[in-house]
Amino acid sequence: MMQPPDLPDIEQRLAIICERHDCEPHRLLQILIEVQEMYAFIPPEAITTIGKHLNLPRVSVEGAAGFYSFLSLEPAGQYRVLFSDNVTDRMLGNEELMRHFCNRLWLEPGKVSEDELVSTDLTSCTGMCDQGPAALINGWPVTRLNRERIDLIADLILSKSPVSDWPPTLFEVNDNIRRTARLLGEPFEPGSAIRAALMRGADATLGELKLSRLRGRGGAGYVTADKWTACRNSQGAARYIVCNADEGEPGTFKDRILLNRYADMVFEGMTVGARLLGSAKGFLYLRGEYRYLLKKLEEVLVQRCEAGLLGSNILGEPGFDFDIEIHLGAGAYICGEESALIESLEGRRGRPRNRPPYPAQHGYLDQPTVVNNVETFACAAMIAACGGKWFRETGTRDSSGSKVLSIAGDCTLPGIYEYPFGVSVQKILEDCGAQEPYAVQVGGPSGILVSWQEFERTISFEDLPTAGAFTIFRRGRDILEAVRNYAHFFAHESCGFCTPCRVGTQLQKKIVDKIANGHGTASDLEELKQLGHLMRTMSHCGLGHTAPNPVLDMLQKFPGAYEQKLTSLSFEPAFDLDAALATARRITGRDDPWAHLP
Amino acid sequence: MSGTITIDGKTVPFTGGQTIMDAALEAGVYIPHLCHNPEFKPHGSCKLCVVEANGRNVTSCTMPASPDMVVINDTPELNEDRKALVQMLFVEGNHICPACEATGNCQLQAAGYYLHMQSPRFMHFYPPRRVDASHPDIFLDLNRCILCELCVRASRDIDKKNVFGISGRGIDSHLVVNSESGKLGDTNMTVTDKAAHVCPTGAILIKRKGYTMPIGKRTFDQKTLREFHLEQQKRVEPKDGPDGG
Amino acid sequence: MADEKRKIRIATCSLAGCFGCHTSMLDIDERLFDLLKMVEFDRTPFTDIKHCGPCDIGIVEGGVSNAENARVLREFRENCKVLVAIGPCAITGNVPALRNNIDLWDCFQEVYLYDPGTEGKQIPNDSELPLPFDKVYPIYEVVKVDYFLHGCPPPAEAIWKFLTDLIQGKEPEIDYELLRYD
Repeated sequence: MMQPPDLPDIEQRLAIICERHDCEPHRLLQILIEVQEMYAFIPPEAITTIGKHLNLPRVSVEGAAGFYSFLSLEPAGQYRVLFSDNVTDRMLGNEELMRHFCNRLWLEPGKVSEDELVSTDLTSCTGMCDQGPAALINGWPVTRLNRERIDLIADLILSKSPVSDWPPTLFEVNDNIRRTARLLGEPFEPGSAIRAALMRGADATLGELKLSRLRGRGGAGYVTADKWTACRNSQGAARYIVCNADEGEPGTFKDRILLNRYADMVFEGMTVGARLLGSAKGFLYLRGEYRYLLKKLEEVLVQRCEAGLLGSNILGEPGFDFDIEIHLGAGAYICGEESALIESLEGRRGRPRNRPPYPAQHGYLDQPTVVNNVETFACAAMIAACGGKWFRETGTRDSSGSKVLSIAGDCTLPGIYEYPFGVSVQKILEDCGAQEPYAVQVGGPSGILVSWQEFERTISFEDLPTAGAFTIFRRGRDILEAVRNYAHFFAHESCGFCTPCRVGTQLQKKIVDKIANGHGTASDLEELKQLGHLMRTMSHCGLGHTAPNPVLDMLQKFPGAYEQKLTSLSFEPAFDLDAALATARRITGRDDPWAHLP
Repeated sequence: MSGTITIDGKTVPFTGGQTIMDAALEAGVYIPHLCHNPEFKPHGSCKLCVVEANGRNVTSCTMPASPDMVVINDTPELNEDRKALVQMLFVEGNHICPACEATGNCQLQAAGYYLHMQSPRFMHFYPPRRVDASHPDIFLDLNRCILCELCVRASRDIDKKNVFGISGRGIDSHLVVNSESGKLGDTNMTVTDKAAHVCPTGAILIKRKGYTMPIGKRTFDQKTLREFHLEQQKRVEPKDGPDGG
Repeated sequence: MADEKRKIRIATCSLAGCFGCHTSMLDIDERLFDLLKMVEFDRTPFTDIKHCGPCDIGIVEGGVSNAENARVLREFRENCKVLVAIGPCAITGNVPALRNNIDLWDCFQEVYLYDPGTEGKQIPNDSELPLPFDKVYPIYEVVKVDYFLHGCPPPAEAIWKFLTDLIQGKEPEIDYELLRYD
């Protein structure tokens, strides 16, 4: 292990940071992110000092610091290179590129180089699936990685060039908008939705929202008007509007485009919500992977303040005050769960709360809170501007409006596609130039694995609900490898609070690995089903409930993916006995027949 | 709000603010549990106490009872699932019962007996975990920690010391203590703290008190986990606050 | 031997264990005579038979710590219709598994190089010595196991009940009082 570095002026430096955040405990995660940036890790002294300034127990600070993937309690090197490990990155060869990178820099994944210069590891999907393989370098996304780019990055690191001086082409992120409908296709004038809402009045605007039948775009599909009404009817000292931009579902990247290109519409939806609910404070919870958007988003907020669309007396309406604060995440899929997100907003570990009570009654700081997806707020803005009837004109009976999809995998035109709800999987596959499509993961690993026999099914809450991920696998792709990637994802992202998910996701991962390695048996399949049942029925939150989905879908729909890998034996150990003797062989220098187990 | 619920067909009264677990224990109806202790704020992490309420699986120690709720608890199916959870807890840590001072008084072990756990079922994780003997009177062995956070709650809510917390994530979640060195000996914990006496397993032990009780006289030599938990409920003072004081 | 009615054939062995379970088996005392009316022993430490032949019941004490353990265990699995894990070493690894989080090289150094009592200071490499695994494994992680009999060691009463149930072709049932993990 490395010697902890000497940090002589750490107390003073941290005092400045804490003061800048008003020593506010809810700002803890934001403070920790700054400390990570300053020292490339969170030193133990920093934890003590922050605890003192924020008047928090040391264990609370350490607890939060230890929870988020982008925070590190051990030195992580001046350059931290995290390779995105979504299945789409895999299909584009991220493993080979990472090996190449490690060879170039004499690195081992997960360990810091001896000169303390650089470390590398895998990270969950960074939302660049349409332009992967991708990585984060000190938090900045690099896209379209190939050997040349890896060589360039290795050279830049070896020359100790600051990341801010690197060629901007490395960090280019494209929107790749391929198809628009009513949300992305109609011109939107900032302020138009607020103006319409003010003119119509709060009750009538809520009426329009109800008429629109808008349902949450984060996947669960709760009726937005009901959520907002419940919050509006709850007693509290304050109400909060929270935009969930913690787009962590692997394969999903539509919020990145909405924030990059349609931020006004999103903020406007939040502001309309504020008017309807009487809220003065909103948060945008931005996933750490999208930190590069922070500056641009803050500029939009400033512009909106200057244009009278945020701040005090919005659009001259006395008493209509609303501010939006952007809060950064730091690498935790679970914070996409609304109550975990609120915990994280309050500066704690992203652990889902016990429900009831629900956020609409007891949310941020125990006050009534609405948490909605980025796209939901964009839809709300359009509804306020154009009316509920207009919104309902597209889509299906139970799924009004359109859906923005993030399409990636085996197709010629990956990117953003907006369709009215009710579109068939087949139609989408044709439009994006899917090559010999065999399976589609709709809604990411927590969603549904759709086989080629089901391509007539439709994107809708009635049939295939989705937060937006649409990952295509062509014929010949190893579905078991995809499912294995997803099983590893859930095991990595389980918050660890409840037994069935904490242990179940690990066991699921181990058994899928065993099958993929050719040691699986029929009883392992049975065990996967029983684990799936246990996680689905006993877990604390949606993560555990959905973690078995890809595995169970594969078992049911893709027997060809695993059957040939199974052994005919009734039992196979989960480990290689001969390999488990290798260490002792090395130590003793033995290689005789008794030193092996066939 | 008050009224009655039924648990496996038995009518059980509840008063405002009570959870399904509160109402059940008060009525002498046993729902298996490990992380719940009526003296502390409910936590809901072990999931042993999951029951079916009005057709939906809920965590009974955190779910408020509501009028006419129909609860299904003691079924072979739910008890099988509970057993699987106990098996999970056993394999994720290093529970070497014969070498543990808590053996015979350990609730995890007793849960295994109560649910008739015969096999480990899952493969063992053998995780590397920390042992901390730095405190003069208290021994901390994370090999046996099941993350119930009873010590966290006791230290925070009763002792007002915040000696314990949880750090890490997922399977790497682990107990941490309130000192820069990470050692219990450098915290202000004392042997009289409530937190020193609430661990359901042998993760927190009082030094020089081991093996004082002969085999046959230990807690779970003499009673089942069910009997132990129902007696524990009786020892708790009648509640005066909606959150169980 | 048993001519008119074939006796149940039992084999037992101790792998990485302490023979405590075997000692407890002997603790059924005079019932041993009753047992011997029903069964005959194949390989056991009692008979000193070196290899296991076809048996009805195999009883394995101890975990799998080295290659020799694994070979014996496989021989038992191949030859025994029913395989029983007896005692926590076979079921969880138990005390021998305390080494599972100690690096094997550190173990070897400590025992053969650093310990002041050892002579020669070299790591033995004789092919007759069983080669240790990285970890100690419970036996059900190496072969399929049919039954588990808990207790360190299981009380003689539990062993008696368990064996007589099995011999009579019943599912073995251990009363609550006799189910103990320690």
